[in-house]
Amino acid sequence: MIVLDHIDFRYDDFTADFNFEVARGEFVAVIGPSGSGKSTLLSIIAGFDRVQSGRILLDGKDVTRASPSQRPVTMVFQDNNTFAHLDLWTNVALGISPSLKLTTSEKQSVDKALARTGLKALARRKPGEVSGGERQRVAIARALLRDEPILLLDEPFAALGPALRREMLDLVKDLQTEKDYTVMLVSHHPDDASYAATRTAFVSNGRILAFEPTQQLLKRRDLPELESYI
Amino acid sequence: MTAASRLTLLAASPALAAILLAVIVGLAPVAAIGIDEGLITGHIVDAYVLRILWFTLLQAGLSTLISLMLAIPVALAFARVDFWGRSLLLRLFALPLALPAIVVILGIVTVYGRTGWLSTLIGNPLNVYGLAGILLAHVFFNLPLATRLLLQQLDGIAPESWRLAAQLDFTQRARFHLIEWPQMRGSLPGIASLIFLLCAASFAVVLTLGGGPSATTLEVGIYQALRFDYDPVRATVLALLQLMLCGLFVLLAGQYAGAMQNWPSLRRTQQRYETLSAGAALGFTLIIVLAGAFVGIPLLAIILSGLFAPFTWPALFSATLTSLLIALPASALSLALAWPLAQASARAASPRWRSLLNLSALLTLIVPPAVLATGWFIAANRAGLALSAAPFLVIAMNALTALPFVLGTLAPSVQQAMAQHDRLCASLGIRGFRRLVLIDLPVLRRPLGLSAAMAFVLSLGDLTAITLFGSQNLVTLPALIYAQMGSYRIDAAAGSALILALFSMAIITLLDRGGARA
Repeated sequence: MIVLDHIDFRYDDFTADFNFEVARGEFVAVIGPSGSGKSTLLSIIAGFDRVQSGRILLDGKDVTRASPSQRPVTMVFQDNNTFAHLDLWTNVALGISPSLKLTTSEKQSVDKALARTGLKALARRKPGEVSGGERQRVAIARALLRDEPILLLDEPFAALGPALRREMLDLVKDLQTEKDYTVMLVSHHPDDASYAATRTAFVSNGRILAFEPTQQLLKRRDLPELESYI
Repeated sequence: MTAASRLTLLAASPALAAILLAVIVGLAPVAAIGIDEGLITGHIVDAYVLRILWFTLLQAGLSTLISLMLAIPVALAFARVDFWGRSLLLRLFALPLALPAIVVILGIVTVYGRTGWLSTLIGNPLNVYGLAGILLAHVFFNLPLATRLLLQQLDGIAPESWRLAAQLDFTQRARFHLIEWPQMRGSLPGIASLIFLLCAASFAVVLTLGGGPSATTLEVGIYQALRFDYDPVRATVLALLQLMLCGLFVLLAGQYAGAMQNWPSLRRTQQRYETLSAGAALGFTLIIVLAGAFVGIPLLAIILSGLFAPFTWPALFSATLTSLLIALPASALSLALAWPLAQASARAASPRWRSLLNLSALLTLIVPPAVLATGWFIAANRAGLALSAAPFLVIAMNALTALPFVLGTLAPSVQQAMAQHDRLCASLGIRGFRRLVLIDLPVLRRPLGLSAAMAFVLSLGDLTAITLFGSQNLVTLPALIYAQMGSYRIDAAAGSALILALFSMAIITLLDRGGARA
């Protein structure tokens, strides 16, 4: 569950305010023009950006002042989710412990996460030796291993082709249903939203102008900002 | 090869020919004597030569090791701690290599010398000459350089890495092991090679702080063989060794050479999502304070001791004039050589041609000044021109020495401008002189000015060429300072050094402003 209670955020001359709730196990999408504050929204939830006022509740706990690692959140970035000098296995294992001292059962769960995301055969490859889609799978495998109830995806499939994007969305959707994760996906493709998200928020200029069932939102014709965006 | 690239290559050929000729005139007598004297059989590599070679390697190796080992913690501290004056301090770190070497050395002597500030403070005269002094000076030059280069690497870390570290709750140890060290590790061999090269070819430091045959490097050994012993054969042997040593390290470090004259990108610290423990914060602050003092105090000494120094005006005035009369044509010549080369390299038909053209500029790094000077000296002597040709040889050598840096500044801008305007100019039929005046010069005004200023500062601070070719009738500011230091008139030297420092600083400031806007 994600609750943003009258959040107020300022950075230089950019201001944003957010006020909404997402239920546990929901898959929501965030769309909007670039620079509108989509990524800022995720950064606020993950704790990378601090708000000036308001409260952030994650799974019922007030985390407004908590550091990123204290929040029940895994965030997947658009790129640089991996460390180039470590193989995929190690990159995933960092999700358990940065010291990389793992017990036998922890090692097994790393193997399982890799298998679940289709990376088993590539475990010993370096990120530079696999495709962009496979690199993003590493981040998802790590999220699986961390098993935090909230998964934030910041345009993670932007660089992938349409078919591959579908495939990755399917993977995320499967995990979400299986584990009852709350997923928030930022994307600049309205198709992604209509394919995967039950509800979608449209962000413009640091405000959420509409947050409703995806199909309904995409059909709206009364929002000039949405019109010009699509 | 396209018509355009063939044409520019043709236009660059005089510059290429001039550089090649300069190098060949320098190398031919060296090689000839080397072969004559049976270098191949190894007869002339005597104990003296071996001792000089050993000392060159020893001091360069130690200087590199100390500079890098100190620079790593300093760079890590700068990457972590954001404080008021951070960018100012980083600018200060660019000064030791930007100021004329002899000025900086005087600053070091003022602080660490026998009658210097530190000796006075602890009441015990320190010895700044010999190996210890050479190491101190080389670390003074290269610690800030290595810090800046490492910091550049650290700035290149993806912001997502720090976000990951925050999310995955990395400890300080893990941050270093998993993020910072892998990022720095790749650049260490290159940075080490660059520092080694600078120290192995270092002339001013060893000339002023080295003493006798026990603390002499190849570069200074060449000068002594030529100017004191008049022993061209020994100079040649030393030159060949120096050539091999520098050639090897230029190949290893060539790509970093341009960074030497770069100003630091004054970005703020990256957002790292961490809170340092009180102990760690104190430790990193202490590292920055110590590094700042190490670099700052000798620079301060240049100003303070200069302000209260007696100025020897007639000598100072004529030396300043000579310096300007040499630096102006030298920077013009350097630019005239670099311009066609930059154009040819921008239009090069293939990457191989481009790297070949860039190598032509690096030639002057591979062939150290003292080696070239050896050949030119012998050639000029044979032609009976040793004295009358001296000013021209100094100008030519300064132009060649500056060439790698000038081309490094100019080539990227020229390449960008060409890519932008070539098609449009071709379709409008603007070419030749019209194009130069109408398009290229206005567009490239800033990088041209920047590289000219760079060549000017380098030539202004040159001590190598002027000590090799100079005489009582040809005294530049650095030569005057060196002479004053040599005759123990440190206070007079301080005055001259302040004048030279002010001149250089004025131009560096202009350069800095231009660079910030470019």
